[in-house]
Amino acid sequence: MSNIELYLAIAVMAGVNLITRVFPFLFFAKRDLPKSLVFIEKFFPAVIMTILIVYSIKSVDITIPPYGIKEFGSILFVLFLHLTLKNYLISIFLGTIFYMILVQYI
Amino acid sequence: MKYERELKTAFKISIPVMMGYGVLGFAFGLLLVSFDYSWYLAPIMSLFIYAGALQFLAINFFNLKAGLIDIAIASWFINLRQSFYGLSLIKRFKKTGNIKAYLIFGLTDETYALLTSIKDDEQLKKKYYYFFLTAFNQSYWFIGSTIGALVGSNIKFNTAGLEFSLTALFVVLCIEQYKNLQNPIPFVIGAFSSFFALIFIPSDKMLIVSIIIALGLLFLFKGKLENE
Repeated sequence: MSNIELYLAIAVMAGVNLITRVFPFLFFAKRDLPKSLVFIEKFFPAVIMTILIVYSIKSVDITIPPYGIKEFGSILFVLFLHLTLKNYLISIFLGTIFYMILVQYI
Repeated sequence: MKYERELKTAFKISIPVMMGYGVLGFAFGLLLVSFDYSWYLAPIMSLFIYAGALQFLAINFFNLKAGLIDIAIASWFINLRQSFYGLSLIKRFKKTGNIKAYLIFGLTDETYALLTSIKDDEQLKKKYYYFFLTAFNQSYWFIGSTIGALVGSNIKFNTAGLEFSLTALFVVLCIEQYKNLQNPIPFVIGAFSSFFALIFIPSDKMLIVSIIIALGLLFLFKGKLENE
């Protein structure tokens, strides 16, 4: 991306992000949330987080060695850390170090 | 100082966020410059966007040269959850006057969690207390990402694999979601639609397409989801 494109992209993200934060204050200050939105509110975050996991490792080709084993193993490691230690910083930090070691030394 | 009490209490409560934003912000700055983008984009983004996951994903958007409309739609869906945060804060923010706009701008996951879980101390002037808390949190993110970007552009070391910090972040958020919902269906829907899009759709459109498929499936299984 050229510099102008980068700044435009940043401006778009800043604007859209602000809209998502202002939204309830503009529209629901005086009335309740419609039923269909309550449904989305409850289940959509789980869906998008799952999608983003896959999206964040989309460049990995699972048809050639090592078949995505490093990514899959690191995800399992983060799962294990988070379920046992329940500290999100430790899970993210050690998980990333673990993956970096796999990618750089093995 | 006039608002010393508010300042001190806000600082004390924000310390866990300092650790979190410091480390994650640092990782973001480091990752950004590892793709040869200028270091000053990190503070600019942390000042004006100020959204963790979105800023990490922004690096992907830059690399893919994603179109502005695609970026807008993806950003909207990624941060849609934030639209529901405000609902529980409408009352609390009512008497915050001229700083309300900043409080809403700074409503990240962590700031929201702090604002909704702390007990109101009657002796504190809430308006300033909320303001200091929000500003402290943003300053941690700003400083962390700026230092990360500066360190990354001045000290060369092997950052291969650093991008996994984003994946790890989403895995952690996913586990937290599961603890709340105790229902596997939304995760299966997310996994199905993203793998489908990954296999059949060019990678720059993958995110949007998976979101659309997932929304469709979500409504298809609406009855089943709500009955559980």
